[in-house]
Amino acid sequence: MTEKETVQLQDTLEEKFPGAITRDERQGYEGYIVETAKLVEIAKSLRDDMGYDYLSSVTGVDYLPDDKMEVVYHLYRSAGGPALTLKVQTPRDDSVVPSLVSIYPGADFQEREAWDLLGIRFEGHPDLRRILLWDGFHGHPLRKDWQEPFFEAEGKPFKSRWPQGEIRRIEDTHPFGKNVHYPSEFTPEGWVPEGEAALYSSLGKIDHGNGNNKQGLETDQIVVNLGPQHPSTHGVFRMVVTLDGEEIVGLKPVMGYLHRNHEKIGERNTYLMNMPFTDRLDYLCSMSNNFGYALAVEKLMGIKPPERAEYIRVIMAELTRVVNHIWAIGFLLNDLGAFFTPMLYVINERELILDIFEAVSGSRMMCNYFRFGGVARDIPEDALETIKILVNERLPRKVDELDLYLTGNEIVQTRAIGVGVLTKQQALANSAAGPVLRASGVPYDVRRADPYSIYDRFDFDVVVRYNGDVYDRYLVRLEEIRQSLRILKQAVESIPAGEIQTGKPQYQVRVPAGEAYGRVEAPKGELGFYVVSNGKPNPWRYHVRAPSFINLTPLEEMSIGQKIADVVAILGSIDIVLGETDR
Amino acid sequence: MYGIGLIKGLGVTIKHFLETYVDDLRWLGRGRYYNEDALKIRQSTEARGVFTVQYPEEKLSVPEEFRYIPFLVYEENPDGTREDRCTSCGICSKVCPPQCIWIVRSNDPETGRPIPAPTEFYIDIDICMNCGLCAEYCPFDAIKMDHVYELASYERSSAHIYNKERLSKPASYYAEIRPKNYAREEAARAEKEALKAAKKKKE
Ligand code: SF4
Ligand code: SF4
Repeated sequence: MTEKETVQLQDTLEEKFPGAITRDERQGYEGYIVETAKLVEIAKSLRDDMGYDYLSSVTGVDYLPDDKMEVVYHLYRSAGGPALTLKVQTPRDDSVVPSLVSIYPGADFQEREAWDLLGIRFEGHPDLRRILLWDGFHGHPLRKDWQEPFFEAEGKPFKSRWPQGEIRRIEDTHPFGKNVHYPSEFTPEGWVPEGEAALYSSLGKIDHGNGNNKQGLETDQIVVNLGPQHPSTHGVFRMVVTLDGEEIVGLKPVMGYLHRNHEKIGERNTYLMNMPFTDRLDYLCSMSNNFGYALAVEKLMGIKPPERAEYIRVIMAELTRVVNHIWAIGFLLNDLGAFFTPMLYVINERELILDIFEAVSGSRMMCNYFRFGGVARDIPEDALETIKILVNERLPRKVDELDLYLTGNEIVQTRAIGVGVLTKQQALANSAAGPVLRASGVPYDVRRADPYSIYDRFDFDVVVRYNGDVYDRYLVRLEEIRQSLRILKQAVESIPAGEIQTGKPQYQVRVPAGEAYGRVEAPKGELGFYVVSNGKPNPWRYHVRAPSFINLTPLEEMSIGQKIADVVAILGSIDIVLGETDR
Repeated sequence: MYGIGLIKGLGVTIKHFLETYVDDLRWLGRGRYYNEDALKIRQSTEARGVFTVQYPEEKLSVPEEFRYIPFLVYEENPDGTREDRCTSCGICSKVCPPQCIWIVRSNDPETGRPIPAPTEFYIDIDICMNCGLCAEYCPFDAIKMDHVYELASYERSSAHIYNKERLSKPASYYAEIRPKNYAREEAARAEKEALKAAKKKKE
């Protein structure tokens, strides 16, 4: 936003809501602090009158020293441009904030997450249950005064490791030490999971009058659990569906089976230590994860990587996109029943790209390659040559082959066209991102809408399709591979020689106090990292806006009215990775 | 016509199927499998036909930067004694994300000053996430990432805590698995020494 626009916006906001909105004046902070009671009204006005139609992320922050909870909203215009950050504050011991689900349905899961992990209640939320943790969990772990089992210290590095490192294995110490909290009257045998009951009741029953279904036959609705151990769910993910015959009338996703509280770990870690942990979010796209996190921390530090490093970053991120999309297409075909043949054809090509990652970073999937202000090491000359051959010769050929193989296939078409439709309005409202959003007719790509790194230098098209069904999501991915190859061709031709790191590599970076939101167009959609620093070696708050998680918000809307077999295809077309969904 | 797309698609599978035989023919007489030269090409950008590797008879070679479980580098003196490069400065244990490096530094009993060598050095490899940060930030090039990846064992609780003895490997091994890195570091070291010597001379 230019300075002028900011002033203008502020004037309009202040005019409309006198006294309810103030600029966030804290050092290193931006955006506006909004009066809690006025939040919904302001959000509505921003959405309807000022074009902020896309709620990207909702983040809770525990400001323990100030005895306050803060909820941070990042709003964007789907037409492009930078963020508008809104914040509301509420006391810690009774944290209540009005829910924004009525304005932005995309806040649904994110508010549930903030409730689950931070204990902020969202008034007016239609279904405020825990989302990542199990029902019996006691407490809200992202609160700063909550301590995990095996708690050692507030932040790493731990003192016990050096200079007197008497090793002990964690299992040999007290396995459930004093940090396991449960209510005093709790008995494991007598415990009934309330959440399950709430979950099933939230599904509701659709009554067509006297218990009959649409056709007038007397039927019962049944509830089917797909997953968590189900081959179609791409990991441990569960969909509870209510069926009327074969038709879906209700669906609730249940997740968290792979939850490890990535964010709590991240807040114990130092800034650099988080880099390899980000690899494990969307473990298929570690390079993109590194990218987003590096951007956020670099924003806080106020540094920029040198030219060559920028090129290397773009090359790696785009190769990752190719890897992800061919994988997603392969798995979608698995979900449609083409058992593994298309999958294995594309995995061949993926292997060749992973070989490059291995040569560059030392690991095929857990790359841990980006550093603040650069990358870990230079790209070897022969790896660069291999990339050239791949992007100029082999991969375009293979993509064409994939296109010929699948796009015209009538079975694929019948299974995918018109299935799982998400309209443009639904996609925007539900904060869908990436190929899911673009297949619904919204040409929104962070690389274009809010360019980062050096993406403004490359020629490429934002792929967009308009039907919003499974087939269009497939087509968007296919075409995005081609566009990535286009970027790669330009990047490998123009990569300059030179340094790959700004300043000296440091293991303890100095991060000034403040907040930053770094976001990239990861293959699965907008991946954002919200980092708050208080000047100490460990981040005060570290939040991940995970596209795999938020893209599931419209899953129910997409599935209702479809057949049970189609839900598998619909889930496949969203392309989730549970490492990122559950964090 | 309905079905054209299907037939075209099946054409692609048939092409893939036939290619496996064509590629067999290419290696006729020389052997497509259990042959280092063939393996290289089978895994390159020219790969055609069957892509899989007959592990464990065939093994992919790993690139120089490949990283798996760190090891400690020691120099071999001409008289056969070992000299640890590690000075027990503790940087690696501070940078390690899962905090799985444990170092015991000892003090000189007379002066009470720290001795620049570790008495013990442990890595819990069950916890090590193979991130390579320790190797990257060690100022003495004393800890490096290994290439050995076949580490399965029957006994987890004791066998997976590597002590200094188990972790130590000679510099010659390091030079062998990471020739480029080794050469670069040695060159840098030589340059530094030369600079020092030149400075001394001036004085
Ligand atoms: S291995 Fe390197 S970083 Fe670790 S204690 Fe020894 S000298 Fe220091
Ligand atoms: S590789 Fe990473 S996790 Fe393993 S010991 Fe080194 S720093 Fe720790």
